[in-house]
Amino acid sequence: MKKRLRPSVFGVNKAIARVNIILMTVIAAISAVIFLMPTVLTIANSFMAQTEINANYGAVFSAAVDGRSFVSKQVNLKFIPDMVSFDQYITALLKSPDYLLKFWNAMILTIPIVVFQIFVALGASYGFARLTGKLKEMIFFLYIILMLMPYQVTLVPNYLVSDKLGILNTRLAIILPGIFSPFAVYLLTKAMRRIPKAYFEAAMLDGATEFNIFTQIVMPMVNSTLFSVAILLFIDYWNMVEQPLILLKDEAMHPLSVFLSKINTGDTGIAFAVAVIYMMPSLLLFLYGEDSLVEGIASSATLK
Amino acid sequence: MKKKKKRQLTDTNTPFAKVLLIPSLVGVLVFFVVPSVIVVYYSFLDNPISKNFVWFENYKNLLTNGAFGTSAKNTLLLSFTAVPASVVLSLMLANLLDYNIPGRSMFRTFFLSPMMVPVASIVLIWRVMFHQSGFANRVMTAIVSDGLHFGDITLIPPWTEIDWMKSSKCLVVIVLLFLWKNLGYNMILFLSGLNSIPKDLIEVASLEGASKLWSLVHIKFRYLSPTFLFVTILSLINSFKLFREVYLLTGDYPYQDLYLLQHFMNNTFRSLDYQKLSSSAIVMALFMMVIMAVLFWVENAFGKDVEE
Repeated sequence: MKKRLRPSVFGVNKAIARVNIILMTVIAAISAVIFLMPTVLTIANSFMAQTEINANYGAVFSAAVDGRSFVSKQVNLKFIPDMVSFDQYITALLKSPDYLLKFWNAMILTIPIVVFQIFVALGASYGFARLTGKLKEMIFFLYIILMLMPYQVTLVPNYLVSDKLGILNTRLAIILPGIFSPFAVYLLTKAMRRIPKAYFEAAMLDGATEFNIFTQIVMPMVNSTLFSVAILLFIDYWNMVEQPLILLKDEAMHPLSVFLSKINTGDTGIAFAVAVIYMMPSLLLFLYGEDSLVEGIASSATLK
Repeated sequence: MKKKKKRQLTDTNTPFAKVLLIPSLVGVLVFFVVPSVIVVYYSFLDNPISKNFVWFENYKNLLTNGAFGTSAKNTLLLSFTAVPASVVLSLMLANLLDYNIPGRSMFRTFFLSPMMVPVASIVLIWRVMFHQSGFANRVMTAIVSDGLHFGDITLIPPWTEIDWMKSSKCLVVIVLLFLWKNLGYNMILFLSGLNSIPKDLIEVASLEGASKLWSLVHIKFRYLSPTFLFVTILSLINSFKLFREVYLLTGDYPYQDLYLLQHFMNNTFRSLDYQKLSSSAIVMALFMMVIMAVLFWVENAFGKDVEE
């Protein structure tokens, strides 16, 4: 222990610490490249013309090769296109309405779920945060169990109830269970419980009604959690594959996430552009709200 | 009037709070609880029309069903590979960012960004990487271009020219995609756990002569144990969602090792076999509950003297 106080050893420690930091930074930088590469590559490829895609990836997407253009036997990963081309975007956005339609399908499934789930959850979580008693505890526990169940379990009851209500093969079969899914309730309840009790008591002493407390104290204080819940819900439902496959037989109503896996045998070039278009909404949300997202995730770190 | 106000101050069970809870309760009852009870009921019937009670007949049939067995085995194998890898690697990433390295918030953004990229958008690149003539094989071939030379002996390593998606190596491809997407999220959870460890506790321990390893096991891990529990459960749930990745990469008919529970469910939905559907949903629900109970029990035993 006394060794630590000797200045020379202290200096050595400092040097070791500096080497450590440099080492850590290098590891972090390498990891960062790995984490970024797939996304960056997808974006770069979306600016290549079909011929260039064929030349680079013809070996992989053999169906895309017409026999006339050059195809390399091996795959070339290229971050910078030989010639920047917006052809694929123009085709995807203007010439083939299918992609936009599927994009729109994804929107009208995702947006109502996110908006209404948050709306319903705000009320419910206020209830859970304010009410006391054994019954409330049991109901909240039920919500947690439901939240933790995988799709393979919840899809069966979902299917059953949609069948009974006659909404099977309509968008409502996905939207309605989505709205009442317990995830937002759970995170918002945790956020509301962190508000000190004294705030409520002080407001009541000043004559505030319960409605005032809800709108003027609770709402502003859970604002950033609300935003992060919205982002998490959006990315989850924007990504959905299982629900449309089972609850929507009509492929015309399928979202782009399901459709994208089917287009890339023929038009690989367009597929890259559509993939980029599809990731834009969630990436923009992320860039805009990263800090509250991180705060929201961090605050959910334990189940209690 | 005054008396009423006083009661409200101490009693938070206000009618307003109860009313706000109702819409969610009704929805959860209608869309989850009631149909789940019906699912349990169906799982004991011979079919939903004649409604003969057959006790555990459906469960027996399910558990002896080869397709269910295969899909359960594959799903479990995938989960038991993906979850531990995800927990360990995300803890390492969190520790990395816990150091005072320059550009920490930038690295955080980079590590977190895959989470916001829809799987459907990224499967194209994944195919390019892991095709037989894809990038992964090319890199491996480049490293050992024409075998390793030891004097006169040339060893051609077995890992070149792998047909990733059509061999048992497909598991690796899916796990890598899982890690790529989920590590960032778990890292944030661990970072928040690391922040909750009182710094003075570690300082005191080191002044008392505790080794770094000792404080890691006895202080850090104990304080992190609720986070470990949460990350494990979350990764487990996410690993059950890996059907999405498999489906988008390989379609309805994947390589046999990637025939997952969700594939089994999809096929059963197609034939609308209610007995099989309901009994397999119940079996999976019970399995999840048992796993979580075990995890909670372990966490309780390990982190019991740490107060929140």
